[in-house]
Amino acid sequence: MAQLSYRDAVAAGIAQEMKRDERVVLFGEDTAAAGGVFKTTVGLFEEFGPRRVKDTPISELAILGAAMGAAMTGLRPVAEIMFSDFLACCWDYVANEIAKTRYMSDGQITLPLVIRTANGAGSRFGAQHSQSVENWAMAIPGIKVVAPSSPADAKGLLAAAIRDPDPVLFFEHKSLLANKGEVPDGEHVEPLGKARVLRTGADATIIALAAMVPRAEKAAEALAADGIKVTVIDVRCLVPLDAKTILAESARTGRVFTVEENPRLCGWGAEIASIIQEEAFSSLKGPIIRITTPHVPLPSADQLEDAVVPTVARIVGEVKRALSRAA
Amino acid sequence: MEASPNMSVTQKAHSAQRNQEIPEATRLRLFKLQVEIRYCEKRAYDLFLQNLVKGTSHLALGQEAVAAGFAAAMNPDDYTFCTYRGHHHTLARGAPMLSVLGELMGRQCGLMKGKGGSMHLTSVAHGVMGSYAIVGAHLPIAAGAAWSAQYRGTKQVACAFFGDGATNIGAFHEALNLAAVWKLPVVFCCENNMYMEYTPISAVTAVKHPAADRAASYGLERQVIDGNDADVVYSAARDAFAKARSGGGPSLIECLTYRHSGHSRADPAKYRPKEELEEWLKRDPVTLYRNRLLASGVAEGTLAKIESEAMAKLDQATEAAKASPTPAPESAMTDVWADGGNAWRN
Repeated sequence: MAQLSYRDAVAAGIAQEMKRDERVVLFGEDTAAAGGVFKTTVGLFEEFGPRRVKDTPISELAILGAAMGAAMTGLRPVAEIMFSDFLACCWDYVANEIAKTRYMSDGQITLPLVIRTANGAGSRFGAQHSQSVENWAMAIPGIKVVAPSSPADAKGLLAAAIRDPDPVLFFEHKSLLANKGEVPDGEHVEPLGKARVLRTGADATIIALAAMVPRAEKAAEALAADGIKVTVIDVRCLVPLDAKTILAESARTGRVFTVEENPRLCGWGAEIASIIQEEAFSSLKGPIIRITTPHVPLPSADQLEDAVVPTVARIVGEVKRALSRAA
Repeated sequence: MEASPNMSVTQKAHSAQRNQEIPEATRLRLFKLQVEIRYCEKRAYDLFLQNLVKGTSHLALGQEAVAAGFAAAMNPDDYTFCTYRGHHHTLARGAPMLSVLGELMGRQCGLMKGKGGSMHLTSVAHGVMGSYAIVGAHLPIAAGAAWSAQYRGTKQVACAFFGDGATNIGAFHEALNLAAVWKLPVVFCCENNMYMEYTPISAVTAVKHPAADRAASYGLERQVIDGNDADVVYSAARDAFAKARSGGGPSLIECLTYRHSGHSRADPAKYRPKEELEEWLKRDPVTLYRNRLLASGVAEGTLAKIESEAMAKLDQATEAAKASPTPAPESAMTDVWADGGNAWRN
């Protein structure tokens, strides 16, 4: 096992698939020669050359449109939208074109493409460069939604996304890019649609995604020090969703918490809470608690950003408060 | 015919010269395609009046020459990308009338078995890679298909058809720039029918020729042609395809044309001056072409046979579409994903 940063794991995942499959191409703004503004594609231009790794103009419509046209005619494009906030510029392609064309064409057209994008807070970039927009994506039928929390998953899930025959929106979290972790040697592919149980404890189940996963784990450690044993689930994929694992782990403790970086309304945890109450109601010992960024745009100053995005302390506090209310 | 006042003199000279070069077989094919499209679009309207075509439809009556001219200039494996006004291009590439009418009528025999409807006609087997109902969206997609062809070295060309209204949307400009920078084998064909939906394009556009006058911004040749003359369209398309195929990059062609009906089925088009409509009806592309073939020595019987065969084919397709069952309700749940299903969870 090698120690890789999350950003290097992204590049490793792309490189692995580009070596394996000549149809895989990579492109976006500053993606090629510059190695990406987040340095997630460093070395790929040098290794695979200008034919397969391309810089584009600042043209989000052209980027996703080109990805779509290439995918429907035999390539496996990996398109980069620099910040997930910019998906709003080209949302037509995500919501109307890429997600729906297979269905509208009655299966005549298949779109094996990946849209990679840097998501989330932590860089103090303010309201237009820090959002977590995974919940936008999961509202659209026809697109898969993946958000890894570890270097191993950044590589393995990205590899799976590139191999997947359907379009995948792949969220790389900005605040995780420098994190290092073990990444399996050799070919590494993690199947989409499998949640991961990171630790088990009988008192509560915390369900988290992307940057909220390490925070949930730290919260679990703090809670354990106080004698509260919690299960932590990394959802990893919102679509397809591993509802089975979520339901089983929720039912085992009866106390469920979601930790979501997206703003409150219609966040991904709302759908998960809905599934749990519909299908595991009798095993619940209390209300499902959603710990989210409040329904505000993200502020820039570090103290303000930290005040709204869920923190370890807030997770610990919410879990303790809810459990003590029930006791 | 009276050339459009917008046509440049050089373009007229160019077209007159080219008309002589087109073989008769091709010219008969151009006629046949236009006739079939004309009949089929009229039938679509009749079926709408009979409440057999639901939803909306955007007819291309009057714009047949553009579809015929381009389709005749394409190779079978070239890619067509249409707008919601795409019946004519879909038919011109060879999609059966039955499948097109069936889709309009929401029948099992439809191209997409009722999942797409009039605005999304798709027939990959005929190179029709979809009809896109968000204005301008398909121009970058066509550029992507062209990039793929370039990457794979197949010599295929992608062609995006769009209206004048699409020239004021960002995707038009992003697609042209990317296509020019990457020297992509793509042809952008603007069907300038003078109206973006209900509004004259001239009222909302900074330049006279909404597509061609922007060409220079992307280092492309300015091309304005008579879109009601199938010979002119065919020649221009053939040159653009040859250029794209030989690595010469994209072309942008503005075809001046006119839709005989309103924007969509809901639009009686009362905003158009009567004299303007009459003037353009005099320049009906199908009549114009028929007369030209006769003048060039093609026998009346040859043309009448093409027409009667087209009508017989259409009648047969219409009856078969009417007899086709509606799709099973369960099929609404299929083909969200490549595995054929719709599952988003386990």
